[in-house]
Amino acid sequence: MTVESTAARKPRRSSKRTAGAGARKTAADPELVQLLTPEGERVEHPDYAIDLSAEELRGLYRDMVLTRRFDAEATALQRQGELGLWASLLGQEAAQIGSGRALRDDDYVFPTYREHGVAWCRGVDPTNLLGMFRGVNHGGWDPNSNNFHLYTIVIGSQTLHATGYAMGIAKDGADSAVVAYFGDGASSQGDVAEAFTFSAVYNAPVVFFCQNNQWAISEPTEKQMRVPLYQRAQGFGFPGVRVDGNDVLACLAVTKSALERARRGEGPTLVEAFTYRMGAHTTSDDPTKYRADEEREAWEAKDPILRLRAYLENAGHADAAFFEELESESETLGKRVREAVRAMPDPEPMAIFDNIYADGHALVDEERAQFAAYQASFATESEGGVAAVEGN
Amino acid sequence: MTVQKLPIAKAINESLRKAMETDPKVLIMGEDVGKLGGVFRVTDGLFKDFGEDRVIDTPLAESGIVGTAIGLALRGYRPVVEIQFDGFVFPAYDQIVTQLAKMHARALGKIKLPVVVRIPYGGGIGAVEHHSESPEALFAHVAGLKVVSPSNASDAYWMMQQAIQSDDPVIFFEPKRRYWDKGEVDPEAIPGPLHAARTVRAGSDLTLVAYGPMVKVCLEAAAAAQEEGKSIEVVDLRSMSPIDFDAVQASVERTGRLVVVHEAPVFYGAGAEIAARITERCFYHLEAPVLRVGGYHAPYPPARLEEEYLPGLDRVLDAVDRSLAY
Ligand SMILES: Cc1ncc(C[n+]2csc(CCOP(=O)(O)OP(=O)(O)O)c2C)c(N)n1
Repeated sequence: MTVESTAARKPRRSSKRTAGAGARKTAADPELVQLLTPEGERVEHPDYAIDLSAEELRGLYRDMVLTRRFDAEATALQRQGELGLWASLLGQEAAQIGSGRALRDDDYVFPTYREHGVAWCRGVDPTNLLGMFRGVNHGGWDPNSNNFHLYTIVIGSQTLHATGYAMGIAKDGADSAVVAYFGDGASSQGDVAEAFTFSAVYNAPVVFFCQNNQWAISEPTEKQMRVPLYQRAQGFGFPGVRVDGNDVLACLAVTKSALERARRGEGPTLVEAFTYRMGAHTTSDDPTKYRADEEREAWEAKDPILRLRAYLENAGHADAAFFEELESESETLGKRVREAVRAMPDPEPMAIFDNIYADGHALVDEERAQFAAYQASFATESEGGVAAVEGN
Repeated sequence: MTVQKLPIAKAINESLRKAMETDPKVLIMGEDVGKLGGVFRVTDGLFKDFGEDRVIDTPLAESGIVGTAIGLALRGYRPVVEIQFDGFVFPAYDQIVTQLAKMHARALGKIKLPVVVRIPYGGGIGAVEHHSESPEALFAHVAGLKVVSPSNASDAYWMMQQAIQSDDPVIFFEPKRRYWDKGEVDPEAIPGPLHAARTVRAGSDLTLVAYGPMVKVCLEAAAAAQEEGKSIEVVDLRSMSPIDFDAVQASVERTGRLVVVHEAPVFYGAGAEIAARITERCFYHLEAPVLRVGGYHAPYPPARLEEEYLPGLDRVLDAVDRSLAY
């Protein structure tokens, strides 16, 4: 085949190229909003000033550490067979905690399936997130109690729900806003493009928060796009900004600014948090099949937690006692999660027929009754030794 | 390749390999089908051997995958696209139903659309939602599509060859929980037609009809029933569109009883179509109404309940007993 690149296009890359090489943006990139360098030095950005107290900074650190601990516990629980699957957020703590802490209580969040840190910020009990991964339910929480919608597995779908919800807010004349989370891979879905279109046309107060963690399972971003993601917003008529996704301060500042813009009635913003998925896509995935170890190692040097810790220590915002206390708090959280998961009962079989229709449905009633009779036939069998199903 | 015992996933892999070697127009497309070899490794090694021009890691966009496959087919290629899991075919459903299925007719037969859409489907693997569904009836209902599902390695190998050679679009449902089941594959064999059903166990008292993942359950049920002195015939449908009604009719004329088994919800499912047609064709041969065993009118449940939801040996035997009791 003779597809040749035009001058403007990036050269085609050999399939043998090691993953992660090439023209990937680094933290020193001018396009990248950064307030904390990988070494933990505080830097300023002309558009995104932020002034946090030592307590607030410690709070962000605490959130990230506890979220990571929760995530590690869930991964371990999956290995022990307590969960069927787990999608780890390892490496994405800053993107999630930074954006999550920018939210007001009356804002609404539409997550994918990896937003455990955002859920934490919304006050969703972390154990609620595990039911779905254990296989005891398909959700596990009431979205309205924390304005945190259910996890969405079909890639990209929730960006439209978020947009519609935001359109509703605007119709109501309220000044809340919505954040829709999605991945770099999801940006290829038609639904996401349609969400961009709707939100622009109706000036919906929605912030599209894309965590570009560089991979969609085995596919690097180069298999999803040819221009930096944040630039895409421009074509739809709203601003896009790329933020260092491993810098919790920058994620907080940028999301806050986008939310304020939305509240002022100025419409959507696309935030691309440039980050990295340090672990596997999920516990079923084997990243050694498609990506090089060196890439992960390079990103480990930008670890969001170590970065903030360095800053806290250097600036004298936290002492040894704080870190020790947090360590023991982590242990307690881990233990609580472990115990809660192990105690999580399997659902009753009859739950298959629960909540299918809000108004009820004759066929469901009929099948529920048949199912109950069928289940009961086994009880009879084991109690009385009768071959219960015979001849009925 | 000589006669070999292969798991179903590997049989499909070998079949794709052979198709690509035979016809340079055959392309593989989908999410993660390249280096990773697909999440089930069905395309394992093909990227390495055929390169990225023929084994195409696509953007994460199902409508895009099927839509561009249509374009490639119009240009003379034979794309075999992978949809990662059953529940993710719906972003592509519009392209499949409104475009892929109808274009041949709209062009007065002047264009052909040899596109294969591979979908790992069905439950039993303990997955989260949208990873365990059986949407075959939604496709079989649409004119212009062929819908098939192999139940064993040999069929997986041969039916894939035939699907790729077909000038019509084929929705190829792969029973994912059987991917690791081994069976003999003879690359020299002469396969029967793609749409033909096969009697996989002979019997005289009742016919069980199934396809894909449920064939194994039905064979086990027939073996269990044998111990109670019941002689059960098992017919593997293999194709859900078209359906080989002649084969089912012939079997029912011998046995007088029919139970249709599938994982998909019974309501408006394949079993309803079979029951209606067979009742029409075999009314005077039937000793009992045609019974159906399948999923409920409920979303596929969370993993911890799937054993209750999926038709197993007991539910099939229960239906067998009910039929025989007439
Ligand atoms: C419509 C659809 N297609 C395919 C999948 C299977 N799948 C699950 S996650 C995933 C990759 C997602 O990548 P990205 O959007 O970058 O998010 P990340 O998981 O990296 O956070 C794929 C292909 C799916 N869930 N939904």
